[in-house]
Formats: sequence, structure tokens, C-alpha cells
Amino acid sequence: MIKKIFFQSIFFNFLFFREVFAAESGGMPQLNPEFWVSQIFWLIITFGILYIVLSKFILPKISSNLELRKSQIQENIETAEKQREISEVKLKEYDEIILKSKLEAKNIFKNAREKVIKDINKKKEILDKQIDEEISNAEQEIKTLKRDATDKINKIAIETSSDLLKKLIGTEINNSSISAIVDDLSKKNKDKYYGS
Amino acid sequence: MAANPMNQFEVYRIGPEIKIGTFDISFTNASLFMIVSSFAILFIFNLGSKKKSVIPNKIQLLAELSYSFVAKMISDTAGSKARPYFAFIFSLFMFVLFCNMFGMIPYTFTVTSHIIVTFMLAAFIFIGVTIIGFIKHGFGYLKLFVPSGVPLVLLPLIVVIEIISYLSRPISLSVRLFANMMAGHTMMKVFGGFVVSLGIVGGWLPLSFSVALTGLEILVAFLQAYVFAILTCIYLNDALNLHH
Repeated sequence: MIKKIFFQSIFFNFLFFREVFAAESGGMPQLNPEFWVSQIFWLIITFGILYIVLSKFILPKISSNLELRKSQIQENIETAEKQREISEVKLKEYDEIILKSKLEAKNIFKNAREKVIKDINKKKEILDKQIDEEISNAEQEIKTLKRDATDKINKIAIETSSDLLKKLIGTEINNSSISAIVDDLSKKNKDKYYGS
Repeated sequence: MAANPMNQFEVYRIGPEIKIGTFDISFTNASLFMIVSSFAILFIFNLGSKKKSVIPNKIQLLAELSYSFVAKMISDTAGSKARPYFAFIFSLFMFVLFCNMFGMIPYTFTVTSHIIVTFMLAAFIFIGVTIIGFIKHGFGYLKLFVPSGVPLVLLPLIVVIEIISYLSRPISLSVRLFANMMAGHTMMKVFGGFVVSLGIVGGWLPLSFSVALTGLEILVAFLQAYVFAILTCIYLNDALNLHH
């Protein structure tokens, strides 16, 4: 029963809606040819004006502006590229200069070092020579001293022995006889003292 | 009266009745929105092309972006030969787009929701493309209907199918745009009617639907303009570069 009423109501509703649609507009207004010619006419006019104005006045401006920007950007890129190249060349030059100056500095340092070493060696040689000379001088002196020493000692020995004899005996004794004795003794003892 | 979702598509006269011969060319709400759309396009693009600054301002950027968008679309689909038809496709795309978008404003009229408007555009494109094809290739343009590499037995059938598909191009092109626009706007109207009839208690659900549909319809408005323009490009490509 309820189902029946439900379906009936749907059916009647459907009828009612159809009536409403039919009464108000008679279907789609799009299919009503009353204003078709008017729409076609105004479409041609508005679209034609739109097309003419866009294609003749506005689009060329936009495209030229785009081209202008493109070329300008291209130009800027090119100048930037050029400047980059220039700066690269300069950088290379700079590097070369630095390398050169480094080499130069190295050379100068080397030369200076060599010079200093040479000087030092020269001075060392001179000093060595001087030292050698002095050493040889001293040795000679020592030698002469050594040579003189025995004579002096002999002399002293002769004098002291003559003095002693004088005091002991009270008579003057010939120096030559004493010296002969001292010489004899000293010759005997020379080996003992000097180890020659 | 407002409950009828088809009411928004009604065309009515604004001002006096104008007649040329037996034809009624009165100024209607449809004409008004065609003019409004055209003037909006011209206004925006005129403003966008006035200054020639290297760094564009917002409106100039808008104009240039749409220019390069359409230019890329054409060169991608139809190649460099389609360059002379750029202005036409650009105005077509912008016209359809602006008509669709103006239709999204409440209480406005959607020009493209009328089959006669879209059909006129599509028919113009169809005739133009056919003329271009015959001018470029002479009778060789008929090779479009004979795809290469088809067995000889199937050839009569294929040719008939190709011819039918070619002839149905303006219909499919116009009906696609018209039906999308009409269906979207009708649906929005229906949901709007539900909001009113369900009142403050139950009206929130259809209202949220309506809001979501508005977003969808804006997407559809753009998409259909894009599809319309890109199909034009593809037809133009067939006429310019005969691939078959």
C-alpha cells in the first residue's frame, strides 16, 4: 500500500515537472531559433573586431616586446660572456706574473744563499789559514824555545854550580871545565827529560 | 520561475527590435556578453602591451604569458607552418575562455552555452581548415581520407569512416563546448535550487556541493577553451602537414 502511494507520487511528480518545464520554456532555450540570427550576427561582429584589433594592434606589440627582451637578454649574456673571457685572460696573466715572481724570488734566494755560503767558506778558509799560520808560528816558537831552553838551562846550571863550588870550596873554578861537565850531564839526561 | 534550471539560458532582447529584411538581429543579453568578453580581452591585452619594459609588470606578464602559452600550444601541435594562424587561434582561445569565465559570475549569461554560437565557431574553423587544406595540397588533400598501410579490402570501409569522422568534426567540436557549459551551469543551478528548497536545516550539503562545483566549473571553463583551441590546432595541422 505504502509502496503504491510512493510510486504514484513519483509518477505524478514526474508528470508535474514535465508540465512545469513545458509551461515555462518549452525545453532548451538553445534550440529556440528565435534569436539564432541575432547571435550569429553579433558573434561575427564581436569576434571579427576582436580578431582584427588583436592581430593588427596588440599581438604585434606583444611579440615585438618579447623579441626585444629576448635579444636584450641575449646581448647581456653575450657581453657577460665576453667579460668573463676577458677576466679569465686577466686571471691567467695574473697567475703567470705570480709564478714568474715566485721563480724570481726563488732565484734571488738561491743566489743569496750561494753567495753567503761562498763568503762563509772564504772566510773559513782565511781563518783556517790564519789559524794554521799561528799554529805553525807557535810551534816554531816552541821549537826555538825548546832549543834555547837546554842552552839556558845549561848556562843556569853552570852558573849555579860555579856559585855553589865557590861557596863550598872558596875558590874560583874555571867556567869552561864546569860547562864541559854540565854539557856532558845534560847530554846524558837529555833523553830522560825531553824524550827526543 | 527561478527554480527552472534552464531559465538562465534564455535569450532576451535588450532595447528595441532591429530587423534587416526578415532577420531579427536585435541586441540581446548574448550580444551584450559577447561584447563584454571582447572588450575585457582587448582591455587587458592593450594594457599588457602598452609598456615595453624589459622587466614586465603584472598585467604585462599576464599578456606575455598567455601569448607564449598559445604560441607554444600551436607550435607543439601544428608546427611552424601554423604561424600565420596564430592571431586567429589566440583570439579564438581568448574569446571562448572569457565567455566561459564571464558565465561563471552569478546572474550573467554564458555565450558559449548556446549551440548556435559554438556551432558557428566550429563551422567557421571547419570550412577554413578545409579551404586551407585544398589550397595547400590541391586534390591531394583527399588523401587525408585514405590512411596508409590499410588492407585493400578494408579500404572502402575506412574511407567512409574517415569521411564521416571528418564531417562530424564541427559537430563534435561545437557540441563538446556547448554541452559542457550547459551541463555545468544547469547542475549548479539545480544545486542552488536545492539550497533554497531545503532551507537552513538541510541546505548546507547542496551549498557545499555548489561551492565545489563552482571550482570545478572554473576548471572546465578553462579546459574547454583549451580543448577547443587545441582541436583547432590539430585540424589545422591535418590541413597544413598531410601525414597520411
